[in-house]
Amino acid sequence: MLYAILCYHDEDFTGSWTKEQDAAVMQKLAVVQDKLAKQGRLGPVARLLPTTSATTLRKENPPVVLDGPYAETKEQLLGFYVVDCQNLDEALDFARDLGAANPGGAYEIRPVGMFMPGSVAK
Amino acid sequence: MTDTAWIDAALTSARPQAVGALLRYFRNLDTAEEAFQNASLRALKSWPQNGPPRDPAAWLIMVGRNVAIDEVRRSRKQQPLPEDDQAISDLDDAEDALAERLDGSHYRDDILRLLFICCHPDLPATQQIALALRIVSGLTVKQIARAFLVSEAAMEQRITRAKARVADADVPFETPGAVERTERLSAVASMIYLIFNEGYSAGGDTTEARAPLCEEAIRLARLLLRLFQSEPEIMGLTALLLLQHARAAARFDKDGALVLLDDQDRSRWNQKMIAEGLALIDKAMRHRRSGPYQIQAAIAALHARAEKPEDTDWTQIDLLYGALELMQPSPVVTLNRAVAVSKVRGAEAALAMIEPLGERLSNYFHFFGVRGAFLMQLGRNDEARVAFDRAIALANTSAEAAHIRMHLDRLMRDSQPRGAKAK
Repeated sequence: MLYAILCYHDEDFTGSWTKEQDAAVMQKLAVVQDKLAKQGRLGPVARLLPTTSATTLRKENPPVVLDGPYAETKEQLLGFYVVDCQNLDEALDFARDLGAANPGGAYEIRPVGMFMPGSVAK
Repeated sequence: MTDTAWIDAALTSARPQAVGALLRYFRNLDTAEEAFQNASLRALKSWPQNGPPRDPAAWLIMVGRNVAIDEVRRSRKQQPLPEDDQAISDLDDAEDALAERLDGSHYRDDILRLLFICCHPDLPATQQIALALRIVSGLTVKQIARAFLVSEAAMEQRITRAKARVADADVPFETPGAVERTERLSAVASMIYLIFNEGYSAGGDTTEARAPLCEEAIRLARLLLRLFQSEPEIMGLTALLLLQHARAAARFDKDGALVLLDDQDRSRWNQKMIAEGLALIDKAMRHRRSGPYQIQAAIAALHARAEKPEDTDWTQIDLLYGALELMQPSPVVTLNRAVAVSKVRGAEAALAMIEPLGERLSNYFHFFGVRGAFLMQLGRNDEARVAFDRAIALANTSAEAAHIRMHLDRLMRDSQPRGAKAK
């Protein structure tokens, strides 16, 4: 089963990391991802640019374009993973490992209903 | 991340909001800052044991306020009221309620007020920057002194003086009206740009000490943009800083000498920063309310989009500088435009364009550097040498001087008689 793991964290906080701290966290996360990647179970991974670069389209009639992210929350959606796991427990284990590498914030684990791997080259 | 690194990052990120709120309570910068310091000390003790609070800023505001109130009581030599004391030391219950009240309304104006106080028009630019870095960013006096290449004592004095001036200035604490808010926003934007430039104009030898200023300016710009999501000029400012800073790694060679845009190794440009800058300028353009920051960001974007120097759209850059000249007439803008003109219409036209600026820019390093380059392109080497000599005399950093010396060396080589070349 495919799960999306949505990463929420306080952007002010992650934005206060020094370059070295940021690199150290990314390095630790890469180790966790590697385990799944080696088993061919790691799907697309994305780290999103800051919410200040976001634009929201409200699908009213006519649609309205708003500056900023969809929701004003204390913690923001900063990235996501798609992973192939047997069950929720396995997905939670992966999320726990990620959490140990990058404490604070939260992961939302959502089963994927439809998945198209897409064809975008990097 | 270690505990202390984590707490450092949390304190830094909570700082503008916490000091801003404490300033609203106490209406005094020193008291607010001291209250935040005290709260930070308690956080260093409490957080590793009890785990981080859900809302670090709310925790720091609460504790900072209580400690300061306690101190006022103590200094008045009054007996504290026992029941009151109990109520305020019970942090866990109160934290939720406080966090609730902090959300939304005050938060934005607290931070804006704090930033605005630091760039009060009564303060000279250098004091504005120093004060903002100390109060908002929480850099130590030592770090700031190092960035400005002055002694710690001198910087301490500069900050103390700035604080005294701000205290006399009487910035109102009521929620600002729309016009006032716009004015504050624009003053704060200039101050952030000043901080960035202080870091950006560093020479090769001071780059390391000053690079953090660029990063801090970007952090403050993002913070401001998060508070004012729909302001195209704040998008433009943030984009401008990101697009310029993206070139940081390519701007100096290994000896610390300045590398001009045309000669930079573009593979060393930071593509993530460029992507964010381009996204922001895209967003800003949609508002169709142009402004100086957006135009400068658009110019930086044209450079960032060119994979090779020859791909640069100089015609468009010339037009954008033309628009900037109308909006913000200044000889420096015209000088920059002339560089674009030299690429589009040649050095002759560019030289004619900057000739009238000579009087107003007679002490400006870049004027003579650019003039010398145009003259050199036209083969007027003797005149070029005079301009370059003047540029060296006016250079602000050793990197600038070294760059001009390189031109002079080339002129020297070119003017040597043929026989001597073989040597």
